[in-house]
Amino acid sequence: MVDKPNYRTWKDIPPMPVCWYPSSLGNPTGGWRTFRPIIHMDKCIHCALCWQSCPDAAIRWVEGSPDVDYDECKGCGICAYECPVKTIEMVLEVKE
Amino acid sequence: MKKVITGNYTASYAAKLCRAEVVPAYPITPQTSIVEKIAEFVSSGEMKAQYVKVESEHTAMAACISASYAGARTFTATSSHGLVLMHEMLHWAAGARTPVIMANVNRALAPPWSVWADHTDSISQRDTGWIQFYCESNQEVLDTIIMCYKVCEQPDILLPAMVNMDAFILSHTSEVVDVPTIEQVDAFLPRFEPEWKLDPDRPMSFGSLSPPASFYMEWRYGIQHAMDLAAKRFLDESRHFERHFGRPWGGLIEEYRASDADAVLVAMGTMASTAKEAVDQVRAKGRKVGLVRLKAFRPFPSKELREALKGAKAVGVMDRSHTFGHEGPLFSEVKAALYNAPKRPAMAGFTIGLGGRDILDSTVVGLFERLHGVAERGVTKEVEWIDLRGAEEEVAR
Repeated sequence: MVDKPNYRTWKDIPPMPVCWYPSSLGNPTGGWRTFRPIIHMDKCIHCALCWQSCPDAAIRWVEGSPDVDYDECKGCGICAYECPVKTIEMVLEVKE
Repeated sequence: MKKVITGNYTASYAAKLCRAEVVPAYPITPQTSIVEKIAEFVSSGEMKAQYVKVESEHTAMAACISASYAGARTFTATSSHGLVLMHEMLHWAAGARTPVIMANVNRALAPPWSVWADHTDSISQRDTGWIQFYCESNQEVLDTIIMCYKVCEQPDILLPAMVNMDAFILSHTSEVVDVPTIEQVDAFLPRFEPEWKLDPDRPMSFGSLSPPASFYMEWRYGIQHAMDLAAKRFLDESRHFERHFGRPWGGLIEEYRASDADAVLVAMGTMASTAKEAVDQVRAKGRKVGLVRLKAFRPFPSKELREALKGAKAVGVMDRSHTFGHEGPLFSEVKAALYNAPKRPAMAGFTIGLGGRDILDSTVVGLFERLHGVAERGVTKEVEWIDLRGAEEEVAR
């Protein structure tokens, strides 16, 4: 990850609008979430479809099992929809 | 090597000679034979390019932008409804600063259907940030495509460019074209190596959000700045072009017997050829008339126009398109370019040749007669539709 550049004038910016710090790593977006995916591991068959179908790469694959990164997960629920054994539950986020 | 080829095939040869690496293509009359010929080149192995068959022109341009983002030299061709369907992506190509080069065959828009010459398609893309050239001959189509790659891919330019030719008058008419060898073009045109591109080893986000307090305006100014630079760079590269290929490419405008003329017409594309013939006819009768042909519409050559038209008493502008509710768009722009000139000529706008209606030399001679009237008596009618059936009755009323 590269530090956010310090642009001042039109001469400093690259000619095309690019940002080269990976924007999602620099900006946690988990706060956008309304429903939180909870993976009940007792029924999980480790097929990796949730990992594969997450549009934001917010599910990581750690030692043969899925692991949700809640700093990135926006709660779209695609993983729960795709899970063939329906072991991902979408739980409403509530204020603590 | 000299070949007798159509304007369309000339564009195909230009893409091959420039080693375009990605050609997303969608057919539309009268452009289709450009991309058909490129398909032949690719399938025979003569041209090493990815030929991408897409489902629309909008997608063709999206594919061009994506390929250019990845660092590939891209080419496509379109016309009329195809071009206006691309409209959104044309803005994107310029904003993304991807130097996509495209041949556009100028054709009228429907309804009613017309496949003939008319500049409305490309003129209505004026504000997209594309460089636009209008060609008078097949040779100019070839040379301008090479020049556009040469200038537009430079790191301080990075703008897309549209090379326009009139439907059928150039696209389907065979002329002698001096086609250079690919080695000659290689020696003139370096490889496209953009600093900013899709690269897994250097991940970047392209075209992300820019809030009002961020740099949106600065990026837009960057496009304007690059246009200004491009206007100069085309002149520099024109000198290199002439030295390298042994024939002139010229500048952003072309003057024809205009330096001492009292009445001057301004025109773009193949209308200018007819107008040159008319200039000779009227000159033979001893009247001082001339022509200024705009090759570049964007960047708009205001400075060159002011210089070329400074001695004229009357200037007429031929528009092969019309801004409904106003006047010919070229007329507006030429007038605006001269507004702050120390001495302004009287000016008249001629909307002419829409939908491919023939523009005869005798018609253009008639325009010069009108301009002599304008020079003597001033402007009585600012905008006239030429060869309009019923125009005489309207004047009488």
